[in-house]
Amino acid sequence: MTAQELQNGAEAERPHPNGEREVLLEVRDISLRFGGVAALANVSFDILKGEIRAIIGPNGAGKSSMLNVINGFYFPQSGEIWFKGRKRPALKPHRVARQGVSRTFQNIALFHRMSVLDNIMTGRLTLMKSGMLSQAVWMGRAAREDAEHREKVERIIDFLEIQSIRKVPVGRLPYGLQKRVELGRALAGEPELLLLDEPMAGMSVEEKEDMSRFIIDVNDEFGTTITLIEHDMGVVMDISDRVVVMDYGRKIGDGPPDAVRRDQAVIDAYLGVAH
Amino acid sequence: MPQQLLFAIEVSINGLMTGVLYALVALGFVLIFKASGVFNYAQGVMALFAALTLVGLQNGQVPFAELINAIFNADVHHFGWRLPAVVAILLALAAMALLALLVERLVLKHLVNQEPIILFMATIGLAYFLEGFGDLMWGGDLKKLEVGLPIGISESVEAYTGERFGYGFFIDRLDIVAACVAAVLVAALMVFSQYSKIGRALRAVADDHQAALSVGISLRFIWVAVWSIAGLVALVAGIMWGAKSGVQFSLSLIALKALPVLMLGGLTSIRGAIVGGLIIGVGEKLFDFFAGPLIGGATENWFAYVLALCFLVFRPQGLFGEKIIERV
Repeated sequence: MTAQELQNGAEAERPHPNGEREVLLEVRDISLRFGGVAALANVSFDILKGEIRAIIGPNGAGKSSMLNVINGFYFPQSGEIWFKGRKRPALKPHRVARQGVSRTFQNIALFHRMSVLDNIMTGRLTLMKSGMLSQAVWMGRAAREDAEHREKVERIIDFLEIQSIRKVPVGRLPYGLQKRVELGRALAGEPELLLLDEPMAGMSVEEKEDMSRFIIDVNDEFGTTITLIEHDMGVVMDISDRVVVMDYGRKIGDGPPDAVRRDQAVIDAYLGVAH
Repeated sequence: MPQQLLFAIEVSINGLMTGVLYALVALGFVLIFKASGVFNYAQGVMALFAALTLVGLQNGQVPFAELINAIFNADVHHFGWRLPAVVAILLALAAMALLALLVERLVLKHLVNQEPIILFMATIGLAYFLEGFGDLMWGGDLKKLEVGLPIGISESVEAYTGERFGYGFFIDRLDIVAACVAAVLVAALMVFSQYSKIGRALRAVADDHQAALSVGISLRFIWVAVWSIAGLVALVAGIMWGAKSGVQFSLSLIALKALPVLMLGGLTSIRGAIVGGLIIGVGEKLFDFFAGPLIGGATENWFAYVLALCFLVFRPQGLFGEKIIERV
């Protein structure tokens, strides 16, 4: 798909968030325990195709655990995950990734010794067809394929405005740029569902604005469904279509930003309740 | 040039050649350690096993002949054929890949997320198992390894240097070949790791397991791949050492010489393994040449370890290893 096609497609099928939309992923009654500690208790919600879905909540609410369940790092003790209308069996994270779920991490997990370009290229590894043998024996096809992947990666680099640092090892980049590269690597896999774990944590106001813009643009231009965890309420209310609110491993609110903001349970969780 | 200096140069060159062989073994350690954080004690035994398998296949030996004869009261020893060297090498390579697969299936898979020391102990177990298994499979006698590598002193080098400096250098032909093969192998590994799909995945896994999983890389596949590559390196090292001094069980002891090399070069650096191997090779030969006569010789046995000890004190991460940062 070219950027143009992507754009056209996105234009055509970007209905109102509350309209009739296909469910991309649904979690049903997910419970996750670590020893005696319940990290998640009967959490259910759905993610619609093409929307930006935020998960918010105080520290320790189980937001990251939820993301790790969706992405396959954790196996819940009970509950079901439905992806594209099918119940998903317990899958290892690399299998989930191959199904089209990419993610970024709260504490950036990049390949520090590799360049920006190489990092983003790794995001496409699973899309590469030619195996080791054809790479060794039949250089032509492998080389052509590599060039195609390079082109796509260059487009992502342009999109994220990081052309000037393409060859720099990511370990040397400042934090904000590393976050951007990590987003680039997740995008390179052409995911259907993009999971962002606190994409703006620790950023300056300008960096947050940049990142918000990229997230909205990714959603607009590539039509990628996005689920993100974020602490900055202002940002969340600005960019998300619907919000899940969690506290102590439970879901306490779910809906459009405005409705969630007025919800008494949500206000209590955030501001504390007088007992 | 004075005779003494020329002699020292000759000794250094010979040291370089030995160093290449040390480096080859150390390289196998580094590859596995980088990708999986496992210090593979069995690397030396893998070189022995690879060489044994190669010789056995080439000579058409019946595997487990002693065992079969003892149980069935039979008397089989040879299939009666002799495979061409190239075919035998390819088959030995396949055997090493199969070994990698089995190690992953039977050992590593069950030890995921265990402490490094546990994995290390597992590889010690693997080393002893493989040593016994190799013995059972191919017999414990000293075997000659002949894959068409040149042996003996290179006359052309001797003649050329004799003409040039008035002193002919004695360089083993096999050492020259070993150095060339090692150079090609290392270059190929570098290109593979830099430009191939699996190479990129390998580097990714070496850097960050979680991130690698999140982009769809299967750790288990990578482990099989990296153990196979270490098997290839072991085979090459086994061929070189085997051609030099015959295939025998003391071959697995060369792994011990790789340890000081790793201390010097750092556990995580391919470059370090090579430079470390060369330094140890040259260092021990030169030290023996200059200091040996003063303190009664036989310094080659311990020089490498003392050098490694010095490094442990002053630069524990080695020459090229990653700096060890303790977080409080």
